[in-house]
Amino acid sequence: MEYVSLFVKSIFVDNMIFAYFLGMCSYLAVSKNVKTANGLGLAVIFVLLFTLPINWALNTFVLQPGALKWLGPNFADVDLSFLSFIIFIAVIAAFTQLVEMIVEKYLPSLYSSLGIYLPLIAVNCAILGGSLFMQQRDFTNLAEPVVYALGSGIGWYLAIVALAAIREKLAYSNVPAALKGTGITFITVGLMGMAFMIFMGIQL
Amino acid sequence: MANLKETILNPILKGNPITVLVLGICSSLAVTVQLKGACVMALSVIAVCGLSSLIVSLLRNTIPNRVRIIVQLVVVALMVILVDQFLKAYAYAVDKQLSVYIGLIITNCIVMGRIEAFALGNKPIPSLLDGLANGFGYGLILVVVAFFRELLGSGTLFGFQVLPDAYIPNNLVILPPFALILLGCIIWAHRAFDKELQEK
Repeated sequence: MEYVSLFVKSIFVDNMIFAYFLGMCSYLAVSKNVKTANGLGLAVIFVLLFTLPINWALNTFVLQPGALKWLGPNFADVDLSFLSFIIFIAVIAAFTQLVEMIVEKYLPSLYSSLGIYLPLIAVNCAILGGSLFMQQRDFTNLAEPVVYALGSGIGWYLAIVALAAIREKLAYSNVPAALKGTGITFITVGLMGMAFMIFMGIQL
Repeated sequence: MANLKETILNPILKGNPITVLVLGICSSLAVTVQLKGACVMALSVIAVCGLSSLIVSLLRNTIPNRVRIIVQLVVVALMVILVDQFLKAYAYAVDKQLSVYIGLIITNCIVMGRIEAFALGNKPIPSLLDGLANGFGYGLILVVVAFFRELLGSGTLFGFQVLPDAYIPNNLVILPPFALILLGCIIWAHRAFDKELQEK
């Protein structure tokens, strides 16, 4: 039950886009049509699902204050948490590079449809943000970060596909010249965010 | 020299990273509830952007092309760790308030974008100036958004009460979606003045 609650919460209540503005850059840049938005969304879910548990394990067994206790009593009060930014981003960058190479070799059709977005994901704030929020949340076992990663990924995916669908329609509407493109997109996202705020009071 | 002037002025108006290039939105909206947090964030981004552009520019002839993204990320991450440790030591309350958003400067597209587009192909001094100017263009928008949000949302500026007690703070302004709408309006105003920037 606890996991279901975490899952639903990370999709709707703590939505990466509407509650924390994470991954905004690629969210705004790659949401012009539903097809590419779909590809990027799936890639984000996939990368988040792997990097978040890896970073959780690194955080729990290497970086946290006292995490190195398993090496012996001398290491009990070593605190490496100041290294967490660099370790997390190295894991994420290495993982995306690895996935890119594997997909390029074995799944060329997927690569040609997704190829450009994979390297972009290394600098997607939603991925690093997921790891940093994980560090603040003190998850106790491996299942929690996996569920959290899946939920946040799906939340991000829903948000980008919804915006892309709206923008496809928006292209035919009569918007003031100065507001066209970027301006109206921001206001649309703001209104979508307000709609998402109804989830905020939900207790599970 | 005219070129250097162009390098500094362009990112602040014509090529502003937020309103024109739409980069670095992620962190810019969440930290603009209060003017103080926005100023600290702006200064941090200016420092990280300038220094990492300088370092990457110094290393530009030694970085192999295939692994350049990782090298750049490591340089930026190092700078962010320095800034974060500095804030933890001298401004702990603000650092707590900004929470993960300081760490997220690493993936701020402005920093990576300037390194990719400018620092990899230019000498150290212009790269440093370019980084600083882009950080400044970002900070400017951040401070403008924070000014309106703190003024309308809490009736204060830098924590001091400015509006009279009769003003009832508008709670909508503090909520995240309003930042997006406000930014949309800033872009609207900017493009209404500068017709060249309008999208067809």
